[in-house]
Amino acid sequence: MEQLYGYFLYSLSLLTFGGIYAILCLGLNIQWGFTGLFNAGVAGFFAIGAYVSAILTAPESPRHLGGYDLPIPVGVFIAMVVCVPVAWAIGRVCIRLRSDYLAIATLGIAEIIRLVFKNELWATNGARGVSFVPKPFEAWDSPWDQIAMALVVLVIVALLYIAIELARTSPWGRLMAAIREDEPAALAAGKNVERFRLEAFVIGAVVMALGGAMMAHYIKFVDPKMAEPLKATFLVWVMLIAGGSGNNKGAILGAMLLWFIWSITETIAPIIIPDSFAHVVYPFHLVASWFLPEAWMATPIAPDPVTGLDSWDSKAPFLRVFLIGLALQIVLQKFSSGILPEQRLQSLADTDDASARAARSSPS
Amino acid sequence: MIDLLNFHIIPGLVLGSIYALGAIGVSLVFGILRFANFAHGDTMTLGTYITYTFIHLTPLYGIVALPLALLIAVPAAMIATGLIVLIIDRLFYRPFRNSPVIIVVIASFGMMLMIRSSIEMIWGPQLKAMITGIQPPWFFFDTIRVLPKHVAILIAALVLMGIIHYLLSHTKIGKAMRAMADSPDLARVTGIDTERVVKATWMIGTALAVAAGVFLALDGQMKPLMGFSVLLAVFASAILGGIGRPYGAMAGGLVIGVAEELSTYPWIGDGPLLSPGYKAGVSFAIMVAMLIWRPNGLFKGKVF
Repeated sequence: MEQLYGYFLYSLSLLTFGGIYAILCLGLNIQWGFTGLFNAGVAGFFAIGAYVSAILTAPESPRHLGGYDLPIPVGVFIAMVVCVPVAWAIGRVCIRLRSDYLAIATLGIAEIIRLVFKNELWATNGARGVSFVPKPFEAWDSPWDQIAMALVVLVIVALLYIAIELARTSPWGRLMAAIREDEPAALAAGKNVERFRLEAFVIGAVVMALGGAMMAHYIKFVDPKMAEPLKATFLVWVMLIAGGSGNNKGAILGAMLLWFIWSITETIAPIIIPDSFAHVVYPFHLVASWFLPEAWMATPIAPDPVTGLDSWDSKAPFLRVFLIGLALQIVLQKFSSGILPEQRLQSLADTDDASARAARSSPS
Repeated sequence: MIDLLNFHIIPGLVLGSIYALGAIGVSLVFGILRFANFAHGDTMTLGTYITYTFIHLTPLYGIVALPLALLIAVPAAMIATGLIVLIIDRLFYRPFRNSPVIIVVIASFGMMLMIRSSIEMIWGPQLKAMITGIQPPWFFFDTIRVLPKHVAILIAALVLMGIIHYLLSHTKIGKAMRAMADSPDLARVTGIDTERVVKATWMIGTALAVAAGVFLALDGQMKPLMGFSVLLAVFASAILGGIGRPYGAMAGGLVIGVAEELSTYPWIGDGPLLSPGYKAGVSFAIMVAMLIWRPNGLFKGKVF
């Protein structure tokens, strides 16, 4: 019974984290899936949302800016509002760049945002982060607070899904698709392409900030590590590509699925896998040990001298990153449109798919 | 004033030549394969760890000094890493030769994760040192203070850049590479074997990346994220020099490296101009500014 209850709580946390990632994926889907903007700075907007909401709602502390004690919904709302001018300014200067230049620029800007949060000690407490961020329904009894939190996140995902789906089929959404598929034609039709791309960029960024704020309130803590690109940018990209970019259902499915895989390989693998994993890797290790001096190769038997962990346990998290990378490659090569491919709008459905995809990457 | 030279300009030039070597590879790949290779930083790391492995395998190690061991191990690691990168290209990039550019960029995202996690699995996530012990600096004219390893890095970087210059301007494959960077279609029509040029590009870019990684490890420490942490500075150098321009990349690297170090010099008042925590941000800021106002770089590179 005890154990079952533990599994129940674990699956609630899976749903909540998966839901937060689904929010990020939906934000990225507005930018990349609909409009074709290659934003590699998801982590930046995620961090802005997390930090702003955390600082506004956390109790007063001499270590960082704060003591505003605002209610959580107000903090989340302001975090989204703060993201508007930031994303607008970033978009204003970067939006004209071609796809991979835009990726490099946004990745750089996200790193600058992370450096700001890490170095402005007076406001953010630097690398030690902001703790005691309030969590909704904290006062409730044990399973109910978790259930309520998961429900709140899932309701937000559902509302976002409805809103974005409405936007997608509205004239605005059709224009986004038009810009992505054939920008010169959209220009020739007299549309202010740059303004609409900027709108999509800002709206997507605000959704990411919402995801960041929810994360801060869920885990009750923010630190600059949250803005590191691996978990906040690259993982979101893999989720969207795997789920099916351009498809909102795909974005949510990809986020949930990839988060389940990501989390389960972390939590369960070390419990059930060590032996079997060691059997899989052992032949490689044996071959490697013929060539490599014993002194610096982590052996399967001895614990790692630095981390003190059994070395296979300590390697499992890296295997997981490897598998995520491999999954991305397989999806790109074999299922390039993801699990749920984009449902093309009627007016675009009869255009030649190949030429449309080529147009997506053509220079602006 | 002498502090400016000793603690900012010389380390800046060292860092800059490391960026430059990385940026040449990024620039060549961009010029010929037309995509920004996000895995380049992790290629640097991989080459460094392979060099480290070779040093420990060299029977000479312990008998001869580190410099000689490095002279043997680094070229071997360049070839080994180059072959690995060729396999990666065959498996993960080549299927997308005729696809939209963005797909290959995403594939290089995935490659970045795969290379990095492989390094962490094989060699472990902890810090390692390429050399142990502290070197006493050399003094010139009683005031100029230089670390011997810095001198070695600068000389080696210059030699490598000289070799690249020779390759690009005097050999057949180098000329073919430049032709393909200028116009792939025209190059194909004139009978250039484009896949051969692509292979040469990967080998040269990777060889320089290995050298850059080893120099970075000599200057500091080895860790699985070392390559990724300089990736943006390397991109910045390539963009500053004009993407697709190897000579521009050399200049861009030096400018970025020196600018990063100068940003912490106390130009105004006593404290550093910019908190050292923001040092890495300098290169990103230069890069973003360049992308916006002069996207073709200082040396008129390509804008695709």
